[in-house]
Amino acid sequence: MRVALFVTCVNDTLYPRTGRAVVTLLERLGVEVDFPAAQSCCGQPQYNTGYRHQAEPLVRRYAAAFRGYDYVVTPSGSCAAMVRDNYPRIGARAAAEGRGRELTEAAESAVPKTYELTEFLVDVLRVTDVGAYFPHTVTYHPTCHGLRLLGLRDRPRRLLAAVRGLKLVELPGAEECCGFGGTFAVKNAAVSAAMGADKARHIAATGAETVCTVDNSCRLHIGGTLARRGSPVRPVHLAEILASTEGDIW
Amino acid sequence: MPPRAAFPRAAAAAVGDARLRANLRHATHTIRAKRAAAVAELPDWELLRAAGAAIKDRTLRHLDHYLPRLEEAVTAAGGRVHWAADAAEANRIVVDLVRATGETEVVKVKSMATQEIGLNAALAREGITAYETDLAELIVQLGDDLPSHILVPAIHRNRGEIRDIFARRMGDWGRPAPEGLGDTPAELAEAARLHLREKFLTAKVGVSGANFMVAETGTMVVVESEGNGRMCLTLPETLISVVGVEKVVPTWRDLEVFLQLLPRSSTAERMNPYTSTWTGTTDGDGPHVFHLVLLDNGRTDALADTVGRQALRCIRCSACLNVCPVYERAGGHAYGSAYPGPIGAILTPQLRGTGTPLDASLPYASSLCGACYEVCPVAIDIPEVLVHLRERVVQGGQVTLRGTRTVIKPARGHAAERAALRAAAWAFDHPGVLRAGQRLAARTLRLHPRRLPGPGRAWSDSRALPEVPAESFRDWWLRTRGERDSHEQP
Repeated sequence: MRVALFVTCVNDTLYPRTGRAVVTLLERLGVEVDFPAAQSCCGQPQYNTGYRHQAEPLVRRYAAAFRGYDYVVTPSGSCAAMVRDNYPRIGARAAAEGRGRELTEAAESAVPKTYELTEFLVDVLRVTDVGAYFPHTVTYHPTCHGLRLLGLRDRPRRLLAAVRGLKLVELPGAEECCGFGGTFAVKNAAVSAAMGADKARHIAATGAETVCTVDNSCRLHIGGTLARRGSPVRPVHLAEILASTEGDIW
Repeated sequence: MPPRAAFPRAAAAAVGDARLRANLRHATHTIRAKRAAAVAELPDWELLRAAGAAIKDRTLRHLDHYLPRLEEAVTAAGGRVHWAADAAEANRIVVDLVRATGETEVVKVKSMATQEIGLNAALAREGITAYETDLAELIVQLGDDLPSHILVPAIHRNRGEIRDIFARRMGDWGRPAPEGLGDTPAELAEAARLHLREKFLTAKVGVSGANFMVAETGTMVVVESEGNGRMCLTLPETLISVVGVEKVVPTWRDLEVFLQLLPRSSTAERMNPYTSTWTGTTDGDGPHVFHLVLLDNGRTDALADTVGRQALRCIRCSACLNVCPVYERAGGHAYGSAYPGPIGAILTPQLRGTGTPLDASLPYASSLCGACYEVCPVAIDIPEVLVHLRERVVQGGQVTLRGTRTVIKPARGHAAERAALRAAAWAFDHPGVLRAGQRLAARTLRLHPRRLPGPGRAWSDSRALPEVPAESFRDWWLRTRGERDSHEQP
């Protein structure tokens, strides 16, 4: 089994700790992980803002970088959803615009092997207890793309429930968007901030010390909102909890 | 329609209105929970949803077949069909029809199509008063206000506000509100009932829309909750129905699917209290004269767009509004159209084009969270259409306008964004450049501002920026295991 890590541009630049956690976790589970350096961004910022053509080179790059791997694992629900949902659309539109099948084939090759981390753990490796230890109260925010586009359902919760020492508390209004939405956070800043404020209020109401997501772009927004409000709640990516063991100090 | 600000500005004003936010939050969360329960009762909901989408898609592809069949059936049943290419033509047809009756007052059934074309204002300009008879539309009309929700036009008002509007304005439009009117639902409904009854019993002309039109029999269908619609459809001598061309369904059998999908999605009811159907005219029962005005107003242009056309499946249930986190905070008026919320954000720019700053901003009035698609009873992939329309806004391209293929230019005001996203795409396609940028950012950590200038200010006003870590993941990998896979492409 050849497994490649697609770390994503947000994690590479702002949250390298999440990428390191995925490597630690997968290696602990006996998986050999590669990091093809030719990888880059999935193209979601371009595509979702309306610049489909600018996303095309990134589709090609993704397909080329991960050629030859059985699985591509990524700690991002929205980037996995970009590949699975939108790459076929980008390929089909290029073909419809008479630009051959090359992009369509690139897109199609990427789709079936791209897995979000919790899907890979639960569906491919068939584990829910990954041997983690995290003695804290945690609430889980199911990010929109993981929830609705990928249909992760209870996979992240099952993984969290098996972590020793962890107390999972339910988040009110969990399935409501945190308000990030990529460029939405800048283009409609007032509405985005109001959504973030409500999410922060709900998180505070749980009494949890930690809020966990499977998407660091949502974490960026939620964490930034919590910090600006002086909240002590820590935003953490699920991978960092799952990689954590007795020796780790949080 | 008054000139309107682009969505972000109008929405920012709404976000700052605490009472509006409380009203909207309460109303949308209540109906949201009820809808989920009503839908969960049906084991075959997903199949119904797929059937609804399929019937609509097929009918839309063959409008050229079903609309003439509908016209034949309506005519055979004693009605008359008028074709309106746009709002102005539809309004002119209705004005002429009302004038021909010699009347100066009409009673109205709640109708999105007549809101869309601004019929009440067009009638008023010709000295004809249109009385809204739906409770929420009445509240909006008496308050000199605009509807802010597809199903509950006065959703932005609470009981206290409604009481004040009734007490202050009912007398100007007919029977005044009773003395000492309270704000209980029963008192408010009774005041409206007494006020409206006078209109029902005296009006000679009724104006309606229709939720569905059955091609095989020429039957119009109105689905409602209050019974005011049935009064307007049966008591007047003349009935004029203004209906979008996309509302046709081939047969009664098709109707069965939608009569299950619509009430559960809109009011969370298993069946709505009143479903009225009428076919042409019948001696001794109902209106003597029936006119059907078939409205295009941009619909066939939308139909020409293979991605955008799915918006025409919409059955106006408003489930997407009630679940939308943006609608909940921005309110309906920020959308500047009869169609607010997620469906409005994709329908309005298709019907009106993307030429104004408001219409060009609507496809961005979403965080693409996907909750709207999840609840849509006819499976309109609203996020897909939003992104598609964003592309039209920033890149321009081929569209159909008034039946003619034409190339539109990108909307103004996106130059800086386009440059930034192009630059980002270029950097992402050159990981060496990306790495250099990451390293520069890490080395200049002390210089990073805590608040951003320019467009980024909106972010840092309410959210702290993350600190750029000292080492990117890429560099960590190269430092610790670089020998295993370091074939970096330039």
